[in-house]
Amino acid sequence: MGVGASRAAVVEYQHVSKRYAAARPQRGSPAAPGAVNDLSLTVPAGKICVLVGPSGCGKTTSLKMVNRLIEPTGGRILVDGVDVAGRDATELRREIGYVIQQVGLFPHQTIGANVAVVPRLLRWPAARQRERAEELLALVGLEPAIYRDRYPAQLSGGERQRVGVARALAADPPLMLMDEPFGAVDPIVRERLQNELLRLQAELAKTILFVTHDIDEAIKMGDLVAVMQAGGRLEQFGPPAQILAAPASAFVAEFVGADRGLKRLSLSRVGDVALQPVVTARVGDPAGEARARTFADPFPYLLLLDAADRPIGWISQRHVPASGVLEASLATPMSPLLDRRTTLKDALSMMLDADVQTGIVIDRTGRLRGVLSVEAIAAALRPDADPGAIAAGTAGAGG
Amino acid sequence: MIDWGWLAGHVDAIAYRTGQHLYLAAIAVGVGFAISLVLALVAARRRVLYPPISALAGILYTIPSLALFAALISITGFSVVTAEVPLVMYTLVILVRNIVAGLDGVPAEVLEAADGMGHTRRQRLWRVELPLAVPLIVAGLRLATVSTIGLVTITGTISDAFGGLGYFILDGYHRGGFPTEMYAGALPSILLALGADFLFVRAQRRITPWAQTRALEATAS
Ligand SMILES: Nc1ncnc2c1ncn2[C@@H]1O[C@H](COP(=O)(O)OP(=O)(O)O)[C@@H](O)[C@H]1O
Ligand SMILES: [Mg+2]
Repeated sequence: MGVGASRAAVVEYQHVSKRYAAARPQRGSPAAPGAVNDLSLTVPAGKICVLVGPSGCGKTTSLKMVNRLIEPTGGRILVDGVDVAGRDATELRREIGYVIQQVGLFPHQTIGANVAVVPRLLRWPAARQRERAEELLALVGLEPAIYRDRYPAQLSGGERQRVGVARALAADPPLMLMDEPFGAVDPIVRERLQNELLRLQAELAKTILFVTHDIDEAIKMGDLVAVMQAGGRLEQFGPPAQILAAPASAFVAEFVGADRGLKRLSLSRVGDVALQPVVTARVGDPAGEARARTFADPFPYLLLLDAADRPIGWISQRHVPASGVLEASLATPMSPLLDRRTTLKDALSMMLDADVQTGIVIDRTGRLRGVLSVEAIAAALRPDADPGAIAAGTAGAGG
Repeated sequence: MIDWGWLAGHVDAIAYRTGQHLYLAAIAVGVGFAISLVLALVAARRRVLYPPISALAGILYTIPSLALFAALISITGFSVVTAEVPLVMYTLVILVRNIVAGLDGVPAEVLEAADGMGHTRRQRLWRVELPLAVPLIVAGLRLATVSTIGLVTITGTISDAFGGLGYFILDGYHRGGFPTEMYAGALPSILLALGADFLFVRAQRRITPWAQTRALEATAS
């Protein structure tokens, strides 16, 4: 089975509720408050939907009702249109990838065997199980020859979590449930694992239900974010840009934080914003002509390029010689170099670090594409701004 | 001191009694383990049953063997069953508690992962819970085996036909203390206990390589 040939499922919560039985039921005492109340939402195929909310708000409960580790007390959950309550629980679980914070690798089995657990339950031929385990270890960035025969105790926390992801992907499930999968690793490793999951997802396009209590993680990972409140009540459901631009309630506004404007910056990339042109000249060009052009432009700097159009640095218009040719030594390289994939948040941060108002945007070969100013970033944040992901967030804004 | 002549004349008898000693101990530990496994699995599944099962095993352990033999002889006669019943009974308390502790020691997240990936109850027990309980189960078997090898001697009080190496100890004692014969019983039984313990340690190393990973890690780095 090729890694690329994967399927994705649609998940629908329909008025789902869960009320745990009181630990010691007493006559006359009020029933325990529900852990999840009337949850309805639909996760489209191939999307990452993040359930986010404060601790104890019912995220884990909501997740575990999908693979029937917990049975709802009301409503139903459909996977690809089929009510999971009607499915055989073990069969259902073998079709759904499951990743938990504590990973739960089997300590007595090698990494290879751990990854092949579900294929083994599904009685794949042994050779195919082995092949699949190696394929997946490579996919999550663990060299199979090195890791296959080790035991979980011999791995770092980050490596174990990768194995957990590989194990969940083993039978190519159309749906993955991930409960705070990167909650137990340090921030640097978490960042790397998040990026790798996004890279994998770009290739695999699974439907992923992802639980976290960290709003930054939710915004980064989610195509859709469901903000939940105590009692498993859904407060807002939509793309992260929409949650940030137009919080549906005071709770959501507070939960996403006072810096939600800044957080929106991490949702857009330089490539989403219209770049400004700038007066340029190449090394060796006649200086007089360049000087005339830069004085005709309101922006008081000339950007000097090399023969291949790669930026060298700025020359203040006053310092452009009136005659002769332009020399590379005239230019000061000070603006940070950005590319289309840089987030606006990183771009702004780099510009602040360099103490400049303008970043230079280059393409993959290092050639100039345009410049990006602090004002352009600020404009992109305005609710009526239209570029890229921010546009998606403004539907319904302004109220 | 040592009566070498007696020893030379009793080589065959010592060999026979050593074999009998092993045989009586092996049956006791084997049967005790089978019974304990069933009891422990019942207790692990139905938690409320564990305290009574554990308490019963504890009470059986306190019954004096001589009283038991006296009672059993009227039912099962001078048979091997009479000899084995107390030996088996004494293994239960150690084995049941260790097996249950082994099953209890399986981390909750491992069980959750096992369930979440679609193991049936039976698959989870055989593929995950019991393998992970092996170190504590083997620890219980070592204790039970060593103590049973020590206890086989008491079966000699039923009749001279039993007792394993303990026969020599009892016989030497009844002769008013014949050291050579008593040593001929005691020393081999100590060696048997040490040897059995050593074999269990070796066997555990082989079947639970994962439990040695800390050691592996240390040598690898
Ligand atoms: N097995 C259980 N029995 C009783 N109450 C539970 C159980 N599991 C969770 N709860 C309660 O349900 C609520 C939601 O829990 P959970 O879904 O784990 O929240 P979250 O994952 O968002 O932190 C909490 O108040 C929690 O105490
Ligand atoms: Mg949780």
